[in-house]
Amino acid sequence: MVHRYLPMTEQDKKDMLATIGAESVNELFSDIPESVRFKGLYNIKPAKSESALLKELKQLAAKNEDTDSNVSFLGAGIYNHYKPIIVDHVISRSEFYTAYTPYQPEISQGELQAIFEFQTMIAELTGMDLANSSMYDGGTSLAEAGMLAAGHTRRKKLLVSESIHPEYRDVVATYAYGQSIEVVSVPTKNGVTDVEELKGLIDDNTAAVMVQYPNFFGQIEDLQTIGDIAHEAKGLFIVSANPLALGILTPPGKLGADITVGDAQVFGIPESFGGPYCGYFATTSKLMRKVPGRLVGETVDQDGRRGYVLTLQAREQHIRREKATSNICSNQALLALAASVAMTALGKKGVQEIAKQNIVKTRYAKNAFEAAGFTVVFQGAHFNEIVVKTTKPVNEMNKQLIQDGIIGGFDLGTVYPELENHVLIAVTELRTKEEIDVLVEKMGAYNA
Amino acid sequence: MHNENQSLIFELSKEGRVGYSLPELDVPDFDLSDLLPEGFVRKEAAELPEVAELDIMRHYTALSRRNHGVDSGFYPLGSCTMKYNPKINENVARLSGFANIHPLQDEATVQGAMELLFELQTSLVEITGMDEVTLQPAAGAHGEWTALMMIRAFHEANGEGHRNKVIVPDSAHGTNPASATVAGFETITVKSNEDGLVDLDDLRRVVGEDTAALMLTNPNTLGLFEENILEMAEIIHGVGGKVYYDGANLNAVMSKARPGDMGFDCVHLNLHKTFTGPHGGGGPGSGPVGVKADLIPFLPKPVLVKKEDGSFHFDYNRPQSIGRVKPYYGNFGINVRAYTYIRTMGPEGLKAVTEYAVLNANYMMRRLEPFFDLPYNRHCKHEFVLSGRRQKKLGVRTLDIAKRLLDFGYHPPTIYFPLNVEEGMMIEPTETESKETLDAFIDAMIQIANETEENPSIVQEAPHTTVISRLDETRAARTPILRYTKMEG
Repeated sequence: MVHRYLPMTEQDKKDMLATIGAESVNELFSDIPESVRFKGLYNIKPAKSESALLKELKQLAAKNEDTDSNVSFLGAGIYNHYKPIIVDHVISRSEFYTAYTPYQPEISQGELQAIFEFQTMIAELTGMDLANSSMYDGGTSLAEAGMLAAGHTRRKKLLVSESIHPEYRDVVATYAYGQSIEVVSVPTKNGVTDVEELKGLIDDNTAAVMVQYPNFFGQIEDLQTIGDIAHEAKGLFIVSANPLALGILTPPGKLGADITVGDAQVFGIPESFGGPYCGYFATTSKLMRKVPGRLVGETVDQDGRRGYVLTLQAREQHIRREKATSNICSNQALLALAASVAMTALGKKGVQEIAKQNIVKTRYAKNAFEAAGFTVVFQGAHFNEIVVKTTKPVNEMNKQLIQDGIIGGFDLGTVYPELENHVLIAVTELRTKEEIDVLVEKMGAYNA
Repeated sequence: MHNENQSLIFELSKEGRVGYSLPELDVPDFDLSDLLPEGFVRKEAAELPEVAELDIMRHYTALSRRNHGVDSGFYPLGSCTMKYNPKINENVARLSGFANIHPLQDEATVQGAMELLFELQTSLVEITGMDEVTLQPAAGAHGEWTALMMIRAFHEANGEGHRNKVIVPDSAHGTNPASATVAGFETITVKSNEDGLVDLDDLRRVVGEDTAALMLTNPNTLGLFEENILEMAEIIHGVGGKVYYDGANLNAVMSKARPGDMGFDCVHLNLHKTFTGPHGGGGPGSGPVGVKADLIPFLPKPVLVKKEDGSFHFDYNRPQSIGRVKPYYGNFGINVRAYTYIRTMGPEGLKAVTEYAVLNANYMMRRLEPFFDLPYNRHCKHEFVLSGRRQKKLGVRTLDIAKRLLDFGYHPPTIYFPLNVEEGMMIEPTETESKETLDAFIDAMIQIANETEENPSIVQEAPHTTVISRLDETRAARTPILRYTKMEG
């Protein structure tokens, strides 16, 4: 078998077998019992040449409607934002993407320093004391926060606001089941967590209260009030926050959050049909030794030079094994690098400006919908999403919109029965006035 | 590598510089105080760096030069399968029709992506010998936990919720016991025998009516094939437990033995190992799980199915499902790369991959055997474990050997693992390395063995050529500095 990824020649093979003292390669597999030996070849599609395969896969990709050639108003946790072009140039450097976890710090200073910078940027944005090197995504990061809280407080109940992303809540429920932790939903009122209901539900077995900021409906929760309620009951306060919104919004760390998690997809990471994204996990110093995943710390080498290492590893699965409270091993390092480059490109000013553009453009869309006769439900402060009431089913409307090159919003009725015929419209800085006007016009015509 | 003091990006920051180009604001501007209540707007800006574009590129380019990847040089990190990461994979994953599609789009608009996932699932069913595969888990450990949750749900559905023990060999990856704990199980460790294989008598001793599952890597972390696998499966099945295959080492057995044929009930794969998803400096991974028929009802939601009309659909109507393990459908971008790789290799190619991976490991093992202790002397599979105990007697530890290898431009093997080998060095060459590369590495190892006898200090004080010397890890852990803080004044 000759293949461009397999450099051994027949002569090499012969020489190596002679060194080993084996007659054939098959002999090396003689320890596999005859009864379980697989004979022949896998029944999978035959190999293709580089050019033929590329052609085939391009055709497959072309079957999809992408957010590049269409105008997308779909958000619901994953957003179509400005991606600085340098992001892809940096993460395409193979010294980064073909490396693994920086176990050998002397030859991994690049990765380690990049993570240290990522940790700093996330801590800055969230207002937390520290952040880890990344998690799989925002949903599993939230679930891990719940597990941490249950372990830390030795309590077995999580109060989860219904204004958190429904898929995140589902993931929390799965993790909680594994740990025999009860998950109780906190209802919403006017599109935000119902504080009175929360007060009634919280008790001395509550490990944490979880909310999202801005929440799934784009509304901005009153973190201070909710955090106070959590702390009064001696539970932790966990916030799932969109880090791009934190360019403008008061960071959870200043409003009482003990753990802030979320997804850094908003910083330079493509939508990529669900992943890979970049979960982040930030906490107060008090919880430092309970943080899941990898942490990079600063130290010095034997000659006093500044350098970086993986640290506080006594928390992790490879040391604690069955005593570990999290099993995470691989994380999303390359995406953390991507997010770091995007956060760096935006910088102190850009992150404020981009966040403000989202708010202002969404306000423009809200006014335009209302002017066209639509009802925009939930009138509280919003970030980059609004909920618009339609007269006809959202999924049918979206099938019409795609004909005009528009990817419509999220159909809220699919997860909130009381919001049937309500669509969640996301307006990022990339949407132009004209695109918003066309959306309002098309939706108006369809729902007339 | 680049040897100079390396600034942090924050230290390059200067007020007034920008590295971005945002769209023009083409709607009427608002004053934020009109849109947001008092207290909602942050008072102190987040201190992100202010750096112009060229300096950002120079900064990250400098960092990349202080990093070793597979493209930089040989990377025989045992159990991690650091093979070549094909470049076509990167191009395919970046095609707009794959990179720029939103996971919540109408299914009719993403049929191409769903077709690719379905084809990948189908290929992995064949490769593992399982009945169904889910692509949702984000990484190997996440796959382990997903499968264990399914096993738990299976037992509970059969009225056997009392099964709370998961058996793990002493040579297992650390994630195995940790995943068992997170899934709500207790871990029981089963010993290895003098041949480096699971001790069957000990296994018989620890099983019982509380056994939920056995987790096993085959070949195990010593690189040895568990020859008694059928007997082990029989012991576990005999008491009503399930047998779990940790697919971290699948590169050793492709087209030679399938987990499904070895009696395993479920398996996770690491697409970032065997199937060339790049490791990314620590991730992202992808950890699909394959199961036999009786576990199918418990698969995480949603399950990707092909309908009679040939279209693809995410099925949420799975009443016995363990629920969602991750938002959306897994690390799609890594799954695209894995599928591209499988299609690049084809059936003959995947068979050759395993044959060369095993040939290379055996060749290295035999050439190094005279110079280092080989605790288990038999054919290995894709990796092997040497012991540095001979060198330790001379005052050179395995850590020193690893650091000395850095001077030769190599990433060292995995060290001090598995735990049941003293001063262990776990070497996995993979199939994508040439004989010349293997020989050069072997020569370096032999030189280090000689230095240990003749001039141990050169090994003990290594590395000598890297951008920094050994780092003070104790200091890092005792007084943790986990973020940059701007000096005042």
